[in-house]
Amino acid sequence: MDELLIQSGDDVVRVRQFVRNAAADNGLSLVDQTKLVTAASELARNTLVHGGGGTARVEVVKSVNGRAGVKLYFTDEGPGITDIELALTDGWTTGTGLGLGLSGARRLVDEFELASKPGAGTSVTVVKWSR
Amino acid sequence: MERVPILKIGQILFVSIQIDLQDESVIRLQEDLADELAVTRAHGVIIDITAVEIVDSFIGRMLTTIGSISRLFDAETVLVGMRPAVAITLTELGLSLSGVRTALNAEKGLEILNGKS
Repeated sequence: MDELLIQSGDDVVRVRQFVRNAAADNGLSLVDQTKLVTAASELARNTLVHGGGGTARVEVVKSVNGRAGVKLYFTDEGPGITDIELALTDGWTTGTGLGLGLSGARRLVDEFELASKPGAGTSVTVVKWSR
Repeated sequence: MERVPILKIGQILFVSIQIDLQDESVIRLQEDLADELAVTRAHGVIIDITAVEIVDSFIGRMLTTIGSISRLFDAETVLVGMRPAVAITLTELGLSLSGVRTALNAEKGLEILNGKS
């Protein structure tokens, strides 16, 4: 398992590159690699912009039926999300974006879990499995 | 932060993105292009994303914005060279890049722009 700091735009790019390598090394197809890296980009940006920075953990996992997957865990200690349901709605945005970051990232992965409390930060876990 | 160079070829501005885009680089490109359009009075912009491995919602939105800005300078933007995996991912993400013309490659993009009188 590797942990990467997210404190600048450069770090977001580094997270993408790291996730790309992990996905390629573990048998994800090119399309699935692209989906996972795109989701990672959205989530890393959220960590930076809304969470005030944080970390990304990248882990290689195995499913019960032996498939390899890549699990990503983003965490920050920012203001947190008051209404998680709302935050996951297409088009809902805190300001300048399109409101597709969180909801779009969820569509691009196989498993998605978001935990957040106002004032207690946010963590998002996603998994993409090889086929 | 790395900057994306803008080349002027005749009346067309040609941008080939060869770096791993971070948000600041995309914002900078948008500003640089607006400046170039004002100075050169180019009538078209080609953005080549052959080398771009991912387009997320931010980058996608900026590409759409570049298209809108160009139109205000009486120039048309054509996005060329999108990878199949990027097209699939963008669609699933929910981005249609409406308002930006696309072409398979730079040559076809040029044909579109040169058809404009």
